Amino acid sequence: MTAAPGPVPLTLVTGPEALLRDRAVAAAVAAVRVTDPEAEVHDLSAVGLEPGRVTGLASPSLFGGTSVIVVRDVADAAEEISDELKTVLADPGDDVVLVLVHPGGVKGKSLLDAARAAGAVVVDCKVVKWESDKVAFVQGEFKAAGRRVAPAAAVALVDALGSDLRELANACAQLVADTDGTVDRAVVERYHAGRIEVTGFKVADAAVEGRYEEALRLLRHALATGSDPVPVNAAFAMGLRTLAKVGGASRTARPDDVARDLGLAPFQVKKARGQLAGWSPDGVAAAIVAVARADEQIKGGGTDPVYALERAVTDIVAARALG
Amino acid sequence: MSDLAPGVWADLVGQEPAVAVLRRAAAAAEAGRRGEPGTGMTHAWLLTGPPGSGRSTAARAFAAALQCPRGGCGECPACHTVLAGTHADVEVVNTRRLSIGVDDARALVSRAARYPAGGRWQVMVVEDADRLTDQAGNALLRAIEEPTPHTVWLLCAPAVEDVLPTIRSRCRHLSLRTPPTEAVAEVLVRRDGVDPAMAAFAARAAQGHIGRARRLATDEDARLRRHAVLRLPLSLGELSGALQAAGDLVDAATAEANEQAATLATAEAEEMRRGLGVGPGGRQPAGAAAALKDLEKEQKARATRTKRDAIDRALVDLAGFYRDVLAVQAEAAVELVNDEMRDAVIGVARASTPESTLRRIDAILAARTAIGANVAPLLAVEAMTVGLRRG
Repeated sequence: MTAAPGPVPLTLVTGPEALLRDRAVAAAVAAVRVTDPEAEVHDLSAVGLEPGRVTGLASPSLFGGTSVIVVRDVADAAEEISDELKTVLADPGDDVVLVLVHPGGVKGKSLLDAARAAGAVVVDCKVVKWESDKVAFVQGEFKAAGRRVAPAAAVALVDALGSDLRELANACAQLVADTDGTVDRAVVERYHAGRIEVTGFKVADAAVEGRYEEALRLLRHALATGSDPVPVNAAFAMGLRTLAKVGGASRTARPDDVARDLGLAPFQVKKARGQLAGWSPDGVAAAIVAVARADEQIKGGGTDPVYALERAVTDIVAARALG
Repeated sequence: MSDLAPGVWADLVGQEPAVAVLRRAAAAAEAGRRGEPGTGMTHAWLLTGPPGSGRSTAARAFAAALQCPRGGCGECPACHTVLAGTHADVEVVNTRRLSIGVDDARALVSRAARYPAGGRWQVMVVEDADRLTDQAGNALLRAIEEPTPHTVWLLCAPAVEDVLPTIRSRCRHLSLRTPPTEAVAEVLVRRDGVDPAMAAFAARAAQGHIGRARRLATDEDARLRRHAVLRLPLSLGELSGALQAAGDLVDAATAEANEQAATLATAEAEEMRRGLGVGPGGRQPAGAAAALKDLEKEQKARATRTKRDAIDRALVDLAGFYRDVLAVQAEAAVELVNDEMRDAVIGVARASTPESTLRRIDAILAARTAIGANVAPLLAVEAMTVGLRRG
């Protein structure tokens, strides 16, 4: 992704998103190959690495030429390997390009600090978490391939495969290879129809918006694809809580201000405002009581968590009808 | 043994009938030891009573009376060590976690089989018998039914229903009552040197819970937190306000619990480090890291319980408020728990009916039950405030 302009002697790739890490490594290697197509690439894992190997690879070669040393999993490096890497990165040879790959977190922090102090180029691979970021990622994928994608198509693709970035990237590559012209929603549906990833929040949104049949269907779908009943119910509670709080706030205030006052994200405020139509405070109150009852039943007070959730959906929709 | 000296029984406030039974039992035990006839002693007791009535105090006092050659004089080394929790033949089990597991119970069984080092009694005090898991309770059955001749089990629980029926049937049951507020106030003045007016307030507000009364009398923050909780009934007009109040209540309880846990956790970790020989800046000996990690895990398990306890206290205070409302509505000639908030109580009483007050109290009790059944605390408290708002 972030292609360095030329070979950099020391690159630190860090962050939890595996796909982006792989791409950063590939970009670093490609950057070396631009100037030296014959460069030798050593792709190593710090786990189980024998001591001295990196030092050996980093020492000047008889035949000249650049050597690229990629060391993955440096977070789990044994202490002696970590020390060895620190020595090498403090004084790498002239023709050595060192790429360290770290999955984020505080493990092996001293090595990271040493790399930063040695002037490493840091590539940060953050988790792509929000839906809007994922849509932007999809658009970037198509753009990089020189293709256009309709916004609705990008959203549909994220709906279908959004939970795993690698899967999403592969799907983009497949669509680029298999289709021509602008990728629109119909194309995405031809390849990925019927495959929608459902989270508790989607079920909650459907229930809160009074789409009863759809909420029940999504609930079954979510449970069938591995969602646990407890977080699904927590999503119901969260949705209703937000609804009640936003409902009590001024309707005319800017969403950002309301969000700050209530400790919510602005998009939550906007969504809740849209959902408020059709609800009365008493309705929301009744729905909250129903969800609390469901929580008790899910956690051992009842015999069937799935029934408790379906009942909660039914009660939420019925409570909305009160308004 | 003199019948009038308070001795080890001094801190049992307002529990004269129970004290009489336990004294008789201790005397009979002593007589039995000497081979003389005596009735009133048995090998397993179940002490029940509302929280704060002094169950564990009673158990410790009884243990001291059994270990003391003079039946609980309160002055000899035996009495002192039992009350301080260091007597070799008195094992006190309590937990700051949610439950006592089967492993702990098995360890108790083997401990109970030992001959007392001091030659008198091996006393096993289980302060939180209601927190024994079913498995743990079952592991204790045999040991409680037929202990060795020198072993006495003292189990404490809020109510008989809180322990397994099989354990219940193997114990002699003794119940403590809620101590009268005057008695609680009197002990606060006498033992803790609290100002009489403050003692009277704290005793009333704590509704007979001695430990809580002492906390309220001596800790300004505890009083402020309680006051904040009692403002909740007055902020129920709008649904959003009610939910906000629920959020605030849970947040305050969480903050209180975290603060307590953090203070304790640092102290404990420090102590363990010292015990393991980890000097400041020095290298850790082998195994120290693992031991510290275990401690951390234990502390985390405890934090859940501390938070629940804090929320539970707040709910009890709230229930006390509506109890007052009901008393005013019924024109009952009883002392108000929240006498200092009389105006607010009367205001709520005028604006509602006794029926709705009862429904509100039910909503509070339902929230307590729900939290006990592992419902997310915030959700349970929200459902409660919704119920309070509806009336």
